[in-house]
Amino acid sequence: MSAKPAIKVEKLVKRFGKTTVLEGIDLAVERGQVTCLIGPSGSGKSTLLRCIALLEEANEGFIEINGEPLGFASGPNGERVRLPSSETQKVRAHIGMVFQQFNLWPHMTALGNVTEALVTVRRMLRKDAEQRAMTQLSNVGLSDRAGHYPSELSGGQQQRVAIARALALDPDIMLFDEPTSSLDPELTGEVLAVMRDLAESGMTMLVVTHEIGFAASVGSKIVFLDQGKLIVEGKPEEVFGKPRHERIDQFLDTYLDRGAATLL
Amino acid sequence: MSWKLFWLLVEAARLTILLSVISVSIGFLLSSLVCAAVMSTHRSARIAGKLFVSFFRGTPLLVQLLLIYYLLPQIGLNVPSEVAAIVGMSLCTAAYQAEILRGGFSSVPRGLIEAANMCGFSKFAIFRRIRLPIAVQLTIPALISEAIMMLKSSSLVSVVGVVELSRMAQDLAASTYRPLELFAAAGLIYLIINLVVAGFGLQLEKRMQWGRT
Ligand SMILES: Nc1ncnc2c1ncn2[C@@H]1O[C@H](COP(=O)(O)OP(=O)(O)OP(=O)(O)O)[C@@H](O)[C@H]1O
Ligand SMILES: [Mg+2]
Repeated sequence: MSAKPAIKVEKLVKRFGKTTVLEGIDLAVERGQVTCLIGPSGSGKSTLLRCIALLEEANEGFIEINGEPLGFASGPNGERVRLPSSETQKVRAHIGMVFQQFNLWPHMTALGNVTEALVTVRRMLRKDAEQRAMTQLSNVGLSDRAGHYPSELSGGQQQRVAIARALALDPDIMLFDEPTSSLDPELTGEVLAVMRDLAESGMTMLVVTHEIGFAASVGSKIVFLDQGKLIVEGKPEEVFGKPRHERIDQFLDTYLDRGAATLL
Repeated sequence: MSWKLFWLLVEAARLTILLSVISVSIGFLLSSLVCAAVMSTHRSARIAGKLFVSFFRGTPLLVQLLLIYYLLPQIGLNVPSEVAAIVGMSLCTAAYQAEILRGGFSSVPRGLIEAANMCGFSKFAIFRRIRLPIAVQLTIPALISEAIMMLKSSSLVSVVGVVELSRMAQDLAASTYRPLELFAAAGLIYLIINLVVAGFGLQLEKRMQWGRT
C-alpha cells in the first residue's frame, strides 16, 4: 500500500459534448510530493483536477486515490463498474480542494466556514469544532480574523481561509486550481507562503498554477498539459532547463515572463 | 370625515391585512413546493410546476378569483367568500413567489455548492446550509415587493363579495357622497401598511448583509 501513489490516473478521457477535453491522461502523484500542473489556457488543467475531485465524471479511464478506486472500479474485462456512492464518498474524503474563486460561503464568518463541515458532516460538537477551526485559522495566520465575513476579508485572506477550511477536514491530498490567479499581485505571496509551509509539512499536493517561480522552487514534479494531452513530465530542472521541449518554450514565451524560467 | 367613518375603514383594513398575510404565507409555503417541482429532475413534476406557474401568472387575479368562487360550490365545497378569496390569492402569489425563489436558487454560485460538495456535505445539507440561506437573502427584496403587490391586489377580492378596505371605501363613498375624502383615507391606510411592510423588509435585508456595508 505504501508503494502506491497518492493519486493514480489511468487513460482518463473527458468529453464535453463532442469536444474531447482530456485525451487519455496517465498521471501518478507520489505521496508527500508537490506536483505542479501547467499548460496553456483551455488545455484541460481544471478539468483534470475536477475529474480527480469527482466534480466532473470522466468518460473513460480510472482514478485511484491511495490505491483505492474512485467512482469506478475496473471490472474483469477492464470495463468500468460504477462504485456505490457511499464508497466513493469515503475515498473522496481523502481529498481537499482549493478553488481559484475561493468559494467561501458568504453567510458564514471565517470561523463559521472552517467549522461548518466539522459540525454538519463530521458531527463534531460545535465547541470542539471551533477549537479545531481556530487552530487551522492560526496556522494560516488568521486567528484575528475569525469573526469576519468573507466580504470583510481581502482576496488573499479569503483564500487562506479556504485553505484552512479544506485542511480542517484532515485530507491527505490537496488539490489547488490556480489558487492565486484571481488575486492582486501583492496578495499572491501570502497564499504561496501558506502553500509552501504545507508542502514542507509533507502534504501531497497537486497544484494547477501559472506561478512558474513557485512551481520551479516547490514542485517536485512538473506536468505540462497541452490540448488535453500530457506532453511533458519531469523534475522542474528537466522541464524548464535547456534544452526545453518546443511547446514549453512557446508556453513560457506566450504566457509568462521569461525571467522566472531563466532563473533556473 | 368623522372618526366613525375612519374607524370603519380601519376595521376593513384589518381584513385586508389578514387576507394578505394569510395568503402570502400560504403562498410562500406553496411556492417552495412549486419551485421544487419546477427545478425537479422528474419530468412530470417539472411540467406540472410549469403549468401551474404559467396559468396563475398568465391569467388575471380577478378571473382566477371568480373562477374559484364559482368552481368551489360546483365540486361541493360551500365556503365563505373570504376563504375563496384566500385560496385565489394564495395560488396566484405562489406562482410569482415560486418564480422569484427559482431565480434565487439558480443565482447561488455553483462554486459554493462545489466547495460544500468537496467538504462531504450531503445533498440535503447543501440545500439546508448553503443554497437556502443564500437564495433567501438574494430574494428578500423581490419577495417583499410581491407581498406589497398582493396587499394592493387584495382589493380585487371585493368581486367575490368580501368587504375589505377598497370595497368599504367605495360603499361609504356611495352612501355619504364624500368619495374624495374616503378614497384619500383608504389610500393613506394602504400606504401606511405598505411602508411598514417595506420597513420590515429593509430590516430583514440589513440583518442578512453578512458583513457587506
Ligand atoms: N462544463 C463545460 N462544458 C463544456 N466545455 C467545457 C466545460 N468545462 C470546460 N470546458 C472546455 O474544456 C476545455 C478545457 O477547459 P479547462 O477549464 O479544463 O482548461 P484550463 O486548462 O483549466 O484553462 P485555464 O488556464 O483557462 O483555466 C476548454 O476548451 C473549455 O472550453
Ligand atoms: Mg482552469
